[in-house]
Amino acid sequence: MSAPTAAARRPFTVRRFARKYLLGAVAILVSIVVFLVPFVFVLLQASKNPREAGLMQFALPAQSQFWRNFAEVIQTNNFQLLAAFINSIALTVVSVAIMVVFSAMVGYLLQRRRSRLNPVVNFFVLAGLIAPPAVVPTIWVLQRLGIFDTLPGMILIEATFGLSFAILLFRAFVATIPRELDEAAIIDGAGAMRLFFGVILPLLRPVIVTVIVVQAVAVFNDFTGPLYFLPGSDNPTVQLTLYNFQSQSVSQNNLLFMNILLITIPPLIMYIFFNRQIVAGMTSGAVKG
Amino acid sequence: MTTAVAGVEPARHANAPRTPRKGRGGIRGLYPSWFYIPAGVLYLLFFALPTFSSFYFALTRWTLFDQQFIGLGNFVQFFQTPALTQGFINTFIYGFVTSAAKVVLGLALALLLTTSIFGRGYLRAVVFFPVLVSTVGVGLTFKALLDPFHGVVNSVLGALHLPQPGWYTDPHLALLTVAGVDIWKGVGIATLIFMAGIVAIPQEYFEAARVDGASAWKVFRSVTLPLVRPAMATVIILSLIGGLRSFDLIWAMTNGGPGFSSDVIASVIYKQYQAGFFGLSTAGNVILFIVVTAIMVPVQWLLTRREAEL
Amino acid sequence: MKKNRLWRPVVAVASLAAAAAALSGCSGFGASTGNAGSKVTITFLVQNDQATTTRAKQLIAGFEKKNPDITVKLDTQPAGTQGDNLMKTKLSTKTMDNVFYYNSGSLFQALNPKTSMVDLSDESWVKDLDKNFKQVVSVDGKVYGAPLGTSFAGGILYNKAIYNKLGLSIPTTWDEFIANSKKIAASDPGVTPILQSYGDTWTSQLLVLGDFANINKQDPNWADNYTNNKGDAKYVNEPAFEGFQHTADIHTSGLVNKDFASMTNAQAMDALATGKAAQYPMLTASIATVQQDNADKVNDIGVFAIPATTAADTSLTLWEPNGVYIASTTTGDKLAAAKKFVAFLNSPDGCEIQNTTGAVAGPYVDSVCKAPSDAPALVADIQKYIDDDKASPALEFLSPIKGPNLETILIGVGSGTTSPQVGAQQYDQDVKAQAQQLGIKGW
Repeated sequence: MSAPTAAARRPFTVRRFARKYLLGAVAILVSIVVFLVPFVFVLLQASKNPREAGLMQFALPAQSQFWRNFAEVIQTNNFQLLAAFINSIALTVVSVAIMVVFSAMVGYLLQRRRSRLNPVVNFFVLAGLIAPPAVVPTIWVLQRLGIFDTLPGMILIEATFGLSFAILLFRAFVATIPRELDEAAIIDGAGAMRLFFGVILPLLRPVIVTVIVVQAVAVFNDFTGPLYFLPGSDNPTVQLTLYNFQSQSVSQNNLLFMNILLITIPPLIMYIFFNRQIVAGMTSGAVKG
Repeated sequence: MTTAVAGVEPARHANAPRTPRKGRGGIRGLYPSWFYIPAGVLYLLFFALPTFSSFYFALTRWTLFDQQFIGLGNFVQFFQTPALTQGFINTFIYGFVTSAAKVVLGLALALLLTTSIFGRGYLRAVVFFPVLVSTVGVGLTFKALLDPFHGVVNSVLGALHLPQPGWYTDPHLALLTVAGVDIWKGVGIATLIFMAGIVAIPQEYFEAARVDGASAWKVFRSVTLPLVRPAMATVIILSLIGGLRSFDLIWAMTNGGPGFSSDVIASVIYKQYQAGFFGLSTAGNVILFIVVTAIMVPVQWLLTRREAEL
Repeated sequence: MKKNRLWRPVVAVASLAAAAAALSGCSGFGASTGNAGSKVTITFLVQNDQATTTRAKQLIAGFEKKNPDITVKLDTQPAGTQGDNLMKTKLSTKTMDNVFYYNSGSLFQALNPKTSMVDLSDESWVKDLDKNFKQVVSVDGKVYGAPLGTSFAGGILYNKAIYNKLGLSIPTTWDEFIANSKKIAASDPGVTPILQSYGDTWTSQLLVLGDFANINKQDPNWADNYTNNKGDAKYVNEPAFEGFQHTADIHTSGLVNKDFASMTNAQAMDALATGKAAQYPMLTASIATVQQDNADKVNDIGVFAIPATTAADTSLTLWEPNGVYIASTTTGDKLAAAKKFVAFLNSPDGCEIQNTTGAVAGPYVDSVCKAPSDAPALVADIQKYIDDDKASPALEFLSPIKGPNLETILIGVGSGTTSPQVGAQQYDQDVKAQAQQLGIKGW
């Protein structure tokens, strides 16, 4: 950050070069140590035999059995992992979609309209982040509605648990959209619905992407929710498959790490996809620096 | 709601800045209250109703099969939990350390990753990667990497003739070790939120500052920092609440140990829950809820008040 | 202000989903399981580690072959304390599977068997059960569970090759045990005399929990007095204090591995099997790790009882196998089918499948089942203690009270940060809290 910005406007100087490439190179070196070493460890563990993996050492396996472990993990419990992928992806997509729309509406209203209701809503949003969900009473509610142990029930639960977080983000970012836009839209004769869905929501794209990415990861990686609210084996989710390889008396760390690796792939693909969206949002507004 | 017409009762509009002067619906019609309803129904049905009704169980001895009303007995017993003071201190240390680090590192990384730096796509992916990995995996991985005798970290330190700390097995270091891993795992989210905040800043501000010949530091101080404040408020609130309530990584790495040295209130409660003390753990949750709320309400008020001043 | 493509699918999907959720919410009853013809389907819930599910699948396959009109569907769930709470949640919300597999003893008692399970006292297999096992799946004289798997022991696992090489004999007193350990240390500094593995916190409890048979030998009423808060049956007092003292002793005498604070159970079993260590206080069930990782070394490992102060008191602590139970929500045809399935588990065919799929870590508790001839060598060691009448069940089968913080406290004692006296005091406090939460009289 020490390079004067005046230099940055000129096409190609030593400083600009230094800033772009040296800083980048340093950052990449640091990232290799800080972020890639743990990742490599996961890969190594996933290609070991059970004995080597049980020792948990940062060492190459005597003989890699990556694909054998891969096949074994996929086949466990009649291809449970594949069913789990489908369920988890459906659960994630639908619940995050509900979450985004519902909480964008609340965040927008909270920021735009000052009323006596605001402190109450704000408190509930905060309470939603602080208070831990109560398992047994929630099951009672789901049973009363007839949606316990069903995917729709689980979707509604995940959507609810993510509301507070998303509302908080939306509330913060609606503030960056000038109110003049609202006025202009009204002058054009737009109603409340068109203003929100046609004007505001598209402008919230960077936040929407952020909420989608963060909440999709949270839902996808949620373990306790499905454990209690979706307990039947008809609807396995990916996090529960981790338990296939954890037992007190037998260590199967090689398969456990392979499983960890495999269930990290869908969110990674999603992130890479949405990362482009963030970049797109940036270029449409021209890049700083 | 739709009866409010533009131009009526100026007093009512006084605290709503820049009221539209024209238009059919006026401010009320523009921002209809029913926008609260879809989220509100979900929240009340699946969160508020179960959660607040469960607070009743804090007053009972509850085995899930039957319950017996015992008044405040659970609260008395909760405050007698061994090493509870240590747990409270640890909670605050953990919450503030992780939250502060996520704010500072997240902002720095976001600044770096929104400039046209070499390898930006790779860096963005790699910073966010830890967020994607399940907590169980992160805990196991770092236990192995930080193993005092066989771990790669201490092997490198040993080769460099540096001291080799016991990390999560050293009672004085265990909590900070877990906090460090928590920061590693969570900084990606803070970075992402900051990035969204920086991207949302209209480009004209930077142009204007540059035309004035402001230094990079000046641009950061007078343009980026104030305009990224909503994002910062969000990161602070989320990471502080997360830090004060968090226990899953602590559980995955140390189980609150060695001894009780890395126990936080949330992990104490979790242990009681695991032991089947459902009433007692609910009482603990009520206490934690009150403590965290007592910290967060003023924090939120401070942060959002500034936001309103913008 | 270009409209972008992102939000539209988002809105569309959300409204669809909300509609779908609302619809399925209203339709309520859902798919009623129409039983085509006379075919009955029951569900069987087990813990989802691979060994358990593999065995369960084989048992189901064997059962369905003999009973073509019954289908058994396997459900799985996590084990451990997470699983304990899940079990309770399912039983109390009446969503439990028809047949389920779970611990016997105090954890079984915590499930409120009288209201949540079906009484199986009149089943034909009950007469074949070992009396100790029958006791740990019974309430008020009624039997609720059948065994699945073998019993196992908690003692000192040791490497027989090292013992032979150094000409050591099995210690019967704690002093002999320490003397043996010192000889091992002196003979080869590369061999760890005693392993500790606090990387898996639960392993810290062995010297206390595995010492219970010795306590029981010295005071047969200890468990009752402990449960009812009578007399001096506390861990701060002898004989129970012994376990805390031993945990501290092995640390202060420098006989344990240097990396005790981070070593895991799997690493310790590996060190023991490969001769890098000589002795390890552990459950014999951990032999399954050796069968998987060092199969040729299985018979190098033996077990002896944790030695008491005097040889006469030294006896082996036994853990009963888990049980299979029927949830009380099961009725009619399903109940009949479930009973048939439970009976099959301990029939000769069921035993055969148990022998080929499960790890045998001790004797069976059902006279129909016999351990195979190629069972690990330590099974014979355990049998000897039983035949000599020098064995007794662990405390968790005789008392419902076990403080939840025992492993944490013992790590403090075993690392030298807490004195054994203070540790025992802390644990007595922990026990008191547990007893109060359970609502046991006299606390």
